[in-house]
Order: sequence, then structure tokens, then C-alpha cells
Amino acid sequence: MLRRQFIFLLIVSLTALIIASAAFCSTEPVAAPAAQTGSSMPWWGWPLILFIVTFLLGIVAVLGGVGGGVLFVPIIGGFFPFHIDFVRGAGLLVALAGALAAGPGLLKKGMADLRLALPVALIASSCAIVGAMLGLALPAHIVNTALGGTILGIVAIMLMAKKSEYPEVKQADALSTALRINGIYHEPSTGQDINWKIHRTPQGLATFVAIGVMAGMFGLGAGWANVPVLNLMMGAPLKVSVATSKFLLSITDTSAAWIYVNNGAVLPMMVVPSIIGIMLGSIVGVRILAKTKPAAVRYIVIAMLLFAGSRALLKGLGIWN
Amino acid sequence: MGKDIKATEEQIAYGKLLDVGMKAGLLMLVVTFVIYLLGIMPVHVPVNDLPKVWGLSVHKYLEVTGAPIGWGWLAMLGKADFLNFIGIAFLSGVTILCYLRIIPILFSKKDTIYGVLAIVEVLVLVLAASGILKSGGH
Repeated sequence: MLRRQFIFLLIVSLTALIIASAAFCSTEPVAAPAAQTGSSMPWWGWPLILFIVTFLLGIVAVLGGVGGGVLFVPIIGGFFPFHIDFVRGAGLLVALAGALAAGPGLLKKGMADLRLALPVALIASSCAIVGAMLGLALPAHIVNTALGGTILGIVAIMLMAKKSEYPEVKQADALSTALRINGIYHEPSTGQDINWKIHRTPQGLATFVAIGVMAGMFGLGAGWANVPVLNLMMGAPLKVSVATSKFLLSITDTSAAWIYVNNGAVLPMMVVPSIIGIMLGSIVGVRILAKTKPAAVRYIVIAMLLFAGSRALLKGLGIWN
Repeated sequence: MGKDIKATEEQIAYGKLLDVGMKAGLLMLVVTFVIYLLGIMPVHVPVNDLPKVWGLSVHKYLEVTGAPIGWGWLAMLGKADFLNFIGIAFLSGVTILCYLRIIPILFSKKDTIYGVLAIVEVLVLVLAASGILKSGGH
């Protein structure tokens, strides 16, 4: 009850602050404004809408079982006036904040596995730097086209990829044996202790080269790719894969986020309302999830991604600007 | 049985520091943003002008606003918009601190491979954070 009131107060306070600050703001213009907004909306209009939309995205992301970043970039990039450079920078920080918030609990409970995460993180975070630099160097229409194609690919993965609660791993491969990547986790729903090990480690690590590049280039987070690779390719149990993937994002997105921060592609007026909005939405989403899990939400998420991905693709191709 | 299963020492140490760092970073983010919104400090780019520049590519934005890159924001902490970068940089840096925390634990357990992996990861993240890596224009 107290928590609900706290969330409500935070939402109201931030909304009021954004509106009230219009009265305080400086009117001194920047040296040479080069673009007009083409809108009569006051400056605080879009940040306020961004806050409300990211709050809703936070709820939908939890109920739909996806990360916030994968919804944030195509939707905000497609339907808000912000340039895709700033949207990707904000998207990375949104995904990073979510991963940092979830990480401690997942690590302490032993759901996320540090031994599995560390080698994967090293590859993914190094490649995310390359992806971020490439993404910032490419023209917006190429980024939008590639982003649209990637989002549509994610839709295909979400529709087709199977999940395996406890994949059968007959024998651990030599690399994972040498690195001692294995573990035991306690499954509270059945009371069982699950022994797990992994296989196809070299192939899995190689796949994280591409995942890292894409995470950095599009600012998407990469849970959509991490989980299938950890679970289906490498054979980690589903819960370990999901938890390790979430923790992994805190490392992968850190390296890419620094590239965006250092290259000036971070606008606090976008980043902070987005992070607060999506985190508050996630808290509300988790509470809703504890009571009910409407199956339709996953399809709503897929439909949203399909629409936003098509929008990015068509925007990139110059068909729908 | 399940109650006997414990996360490793380094995992718990990482998790604890991450917990504190994440909360501190979020607090900094919220406090500095409130200061920004209240207009009690001068800003580099007036909020009224933000809609004119947030649709520009980052390269054009930097050109128009004269905003600094790399760690140049440190010299602009007197401006409320750059004050926000304290929280952003802290959240982006907390993972490096967590890695530094577990390196001695890994070596004390004679887990040399993971100790080296952690050191290399710190170097990668420090390289990313250093501002040395610049992106070309478009």
C-alpha cells in the first residue's frame, strides 16, 4: 500500500515538476538553432509524453516478458521528434538502468551466474563498443533501415523460437569444463535443486560477437538474443539464461553507453524521464504480473514491435517519414 | 537442500556493491534532474530551445550547441544540464567498480583465468569510458 502511494507520488511529482519548470526556465536562446520543431507544443510536452509512454512501456515489457530497451528504441525513434542518435543513447541507458536494478537480486539468489556471464560479457561488451561507434558513424537512414530489419527479425525470433526449461546437455564441452561453467540452482516451484552444465561454448561465444555489435549499434539491450543463445544453443536452464542475460546487459550496455555519453549522444531531458518512467512502469508491471498474466500481452508486444519495426524500416527507406 | 545452495563469494560481493552503486546512481540522477527542472541553476542549452536541437544528429547538435564531448562535461558542472551527467556517469561506471571489487577475491581463490578475464574486462570498460574512442561524423 505504502509502495503504491510512493509510486503514485513519484509519478505526480515528476509530472508536476516538468510542467512547473516551464515557469522557471531560461529563455536565452542557443547560439544558432538550426532546426525548427514544426510543432506548437511547449518544450516540456514531449518529455512529459515520453515519461508517460515509457511508464506504459515498463508495464507492457514486464507483462510481455521482454526488456524495456527493445520496445523503447523503435517506438520512441519512430514516433517521437528526437533524433535516432539520442534515442539509441537513451535506449542503452534505459536498458542499463533496468539491468543494474535487477542484477543484485539475481546475483545474490544465485539465479544469474557470474562464471557463465564473465566470458560472454567480455566478448559482448568489446563488440558493443564497435557497434556503438559504427552506429554513430552511419547516416540515420541506414541505421533506421537496419534497425527496422533487426526489429522484424526479433519479431520472427519471438514467434518461432522455442524455449527449453531444462535443455539436455549430455556432456559439457572442453572449454566450459576448463572454465568450470556449471552450477546448481534451487527451483522454488518444485523444490528441486537443478544441476546444470553447458555445451557448444565456442559457438555460443562467437554468436555474442554479433549480439554485442547489434546491442551497441541500435541501443536495444539484447535480452531477445542473449536468452535463446544461452538457453537453446549453450544449454543453460531457462531461468539461469534469463537471469544471466539480464545481468549481462549491465556489462554489455555499460561499454556501449560510454561511447554514446562520450560522443555527446545523451540528452538528460530524454534520458531521465525515460529511466524513471520505465522503472516505475516495471514495478507496476511486476505487481500486475503477480496477480495475472494475460496471454494476449505477448501478442500485443509482438504487434507493437512489428508496427514500430516496419515504421523504422520504411523511415529508413524514405517511404514513411 | 535448496537453502544450502549459496552464490559464490565473488558473486555476492559483486551483487552487494552493485546494489549500493545502483541506488546511489539513481538517487544522483533524480536529484540532479530535479535541480535541472527547477531552473535554480544556469543551463548550457535553454530548455525552450531543446525542441530545436533534439531532432538534429549528434554531430550537428554538438556543432550548434557547442556542447562538450568526452569528459568535457566535468568542466560544465555549473550548468544544470551537465550536472545530470554525474548520475549518468556513475551508473555507467558502477560495473567497473564491481569488477575491481571481485578481482582480489578471484585471485585469492587461485581462479587465475577468471581473475585475468576480469582485469581485461576492466580495461575494455575503462577504454570505453576514457573518451579516446571517437565516432566519425555522418
